[in-house]
Amino acid sequence: MSLMTLRDLTVRRGECPVVDHVTLSVGGGECIGLIGPNGAGKTTLLRAALGLLPASGESTLATLPALERARAAAWMPQAREIAWPVTVERLIALGRIPHLPRGARLREQDRAAVEAAIARMGLDSYRARTATQLSGGEQARVLIARALAQETPLLLADEPIAGLDPAHQIATMEVFAALAREGRSVIVSLHDLGLAARHCTRLLMMVRGQLTADGPPGAVLTPQNVDRVFGVSAFYEDTAQGPVFQPMQVTR
Amino acid sequence: MWGCVRPSRIIPLLAALVLTGAAAVAEAPQRVVSVNLCTDQLALLLAAPGQIVSLSRLSQDAESSSMAEAARAYPTNGSGAEEVYLLNPDLVLAGTFTAPTTVQMLRDLGIRVELFAPARSLADVPDRIAQMGAVLGHEAEAEAMIGAFRAELARLSTAPDRRPRAALYYVNSYTLGDRTLAGDILRAAGFDNVAAEAGLEQGGTLALEHLILLAPEVIVSGRDYPGQARAEEVLSHPALRALPGTRVAGTLTDRDWICGTPLVLAAVEKMRALRLSLETGE
Amino acid sequence: MRLAPGLVLLVAVLFVLSLLSGQAPVGAGQSLTALIAGDGTPLAVVMREIRLPRALLAAMIGAVLGLSGAAMQGYLRNPLAEPGLIGVSGASALGAVLAIQTGLSLMFPLALPLAALGMAVLAVLLILALAGPRGASITLILAGIAISALAGALTSLVLNLSPNPFAAADIVFWMMGSLADRSFTHVWLAAPFMAVGALLLASLGRGLDALTLGEDAAEALGIGLSGLRLRLILGTAACVGAATAVAGAIGFVGLVVPHLLRPAVGARPSSLLWASALGGAAMVLAADIAVRELLPARDLKLGVLMALVGAPLFLHLIYKTRKEMA
Repeated sequence: MSLMTLRDLTVRRGECPVVDHVTLSVGGGECIGLIGPNGAGKTTLLRAALGLLPASGESTLATLPALERARAAAWMPQAREIAWPVTVERLIALGRIPHLPRGARLREQDRAAVEAAIARMGLDSYRARTATQLSGGEQARVLIARALAQETPLLLADEPIAGLDPAHQIATMEVFAALAREGRSVIVSLHDLGLAARHCTRLLMMVRGQLTADGPPGAVLTPQNVDRVFGVSAFYEDTAQGPVFQPMQVTR
Repeated sequence: MWGCVRPSRIIPLLAALVLTGAAAVAEAPQRVVSVNLCTDQLALLLAAPGQIVSLSRLSQDAESSSMAEAARAYPTNGSGAEEVYLLNPDLVLAGTFTAPTTVQMLRDLGIRVELFAPARSLADVPDRIAQMGAVLGHEAEAEAMIGAFRAELARLSTAPDRRPRAALYYVNSYTLGDRTLAGDILRAAGFDNVAAEAGLEQGGTLALEHLILLAPEVIVSGRDYPGQARAEEVLSHPALRALPGTRVAGTLTDRDWICGTPLVLAAVEKMRALRLSLETGE
Repeated sequence: MRLAPGLVLLVAVLFVLSLLSGQAPVGAGQSLTALIAGDGTPLAVVMREIRLPRALLAAMIGAVLGLSGAAMQGYLRNPLAEPGLIGVSGASALGAVLAIQTGLSLMFPLALPLAALGMAVLAVLLILALAGPRGASITLILAGIAISALAGALTSLVLNLSPNPFAAADIVFWMMGSLADRSFTHVWLAAPFMAVGALLLASLGRGLDALTLGEDAAEALGIGLSGLRLRLILGTAACVGAATAVAGAIGFVGLVVPHLLRPAVGARPSSLLWASALGGAAMVLAADIAVRELLPARDLKLGVLMALVGAPLFLHLIYKTRKEMA
């Protein structure tokens, strides 16, 4: 069962391809880390896959009608925008918009979805707080919960754990991994290769718009790939407590 | 609606007076310049031929001047001191509301300036005629004109059986009371002015709803100006036409209502005809 | 939610007070009896032809201005967005003045609201083009100043060129707005446009809610942003255009009302729409009562009162957002 398939997806800015003929398929139960240096085209790939950017090639999500797509995939943009001082609970409930019939209020199943999202992100004590008054990291967790409340088979998140403290980074990655175990899939772009190695079932490695490696963390984070793509050397070992990846030195 | 008004007997009478005005007194001014609409008309009525050098520009505007036709025989001026001085006048006729700087400037330049106050009632008209007769050196003609004016006014303002209640209503909800020339014209024609009931003796704002509550029998409004202005919209408000007992007589007050000259008798006559038409239920 | 009945009650009370407010010294009971009886007495004419349309227009205009303000703020995610401040009202006034002075509105009465609507569309398009998708305060305000100044100058020019001696004095009316001596003619002229505009804006609720999360997230939630933008432009233009065409540019309603009510609706843009419509109706009704009670004989312009209330709040909001603007 494929949740999303991209074929030769290409986005050009002027002449220059920012995403260059990317082909991949996402099945159920995958926790996918999207990695690559700054400017590799990670954000552009995710947005083009959702149909938020004009692109050539094919994306099964982009061809869906807007509302169907919103029920197929949730999107958490990198910019953590919260325009109005709404409560945390109300903000998370915005994730239910694609499921609500026109003009309807939150129904029983919608409340359940919101509650589940709050519980997953450990936000119970925050539910009545004003979202705009939270710290950046807290806001990020609220916005992840908002995307979770959308209860889509696929979740696309652009650097969701940037700016979180270590405990919440790990907790968030564990939430994504748990989703994958439940049969849903997550694509998460991130810079922390250690967390990617530990929690993801699959890694997509991008450089200069191209998908250069795609596979389990051990197959993607080879010394050659890490050196070629990131310009660093790294320590990588499967330990008793799971895989450990630590970038060590700049090689260029 | 007003085609039935009888031709006034005043105009031929006035024409005769103008013709006899030739008998000028020796020291009468020979180069007279008028810079005010009302002095323009009084001068036209009383001056000898050749005595007037120039009239104000407004004198030829048929919307404002009752004697626009006669005024076309004369050059006009823009009422500025420089322009007037260059005409080399020996007498300048101005209103008391003419710009004081202009008047002072002309006087400083050694020119005689005579000021005429605007008429606030019909009783002021003989005074203005006499004043004009005196400054132009035509006292006898002025006397005759005053006599004719009084006789005609008396004829037109015979006491009516019933005095209908009327309102004068203008742009910006403005009304005029009894102590104004227009109010006096209304009174002479046999109407009671509702402005008095609203406590307005002179001019003032009368809110539309106040006017409606006064429910006059006739509402008379001013002339229709060219172009559009929101200030005029109050005159076409549907409420004015919603009163069953009120007749909106439309735009009646015009050039004949502005100046204290014998020509106001035409205004009195027109309003009298309106009152008589109310009596007959026309 | 107890806000809705409260606001409805407030509007109803102010509506009745507006009917009872005026220069003519008549008792309340007598006035209302005359209004209902409509028996052709002078008092009945005053109540039905002068005060009723005035109160109706105050409520309608207030409602659409409050609604427009809430919608624009929701779309631009900026509490400073307001039709009057960003030049939409001024442009509408220019359209209305052009329709009147060219004589178009005499031949074809609908030309008045249509011309105002047309200029309003132009102004909204210009604002959206200048301020960009997320209207940053500084560009929004600067664009608004420029559009207001241009529209105001052209309005003055047209009125100064009019052959009518009273036209120049109308400048104050068009810039400040007034409901004095409006009639049912104006109610019927504005009502259809306001109804269409209000329906368009009321349909934006869900989209504006989603926009709380930004454009990208909203689109990913299934909101069609181009359709939303089109409905916003047409809805705002129809509302503001119709209101301005009959009552002049009444500023600050769309700024003050959403600001006051935002905390009461938990800052939800969709709830703020209907709340601002009711609040706007209440505010303009109250202001129109105030101008009649404070200076009965002077036709004090509504915009003067609005600015006295709104401008300090505007300054306060600028002060609060100064970090964003720096």
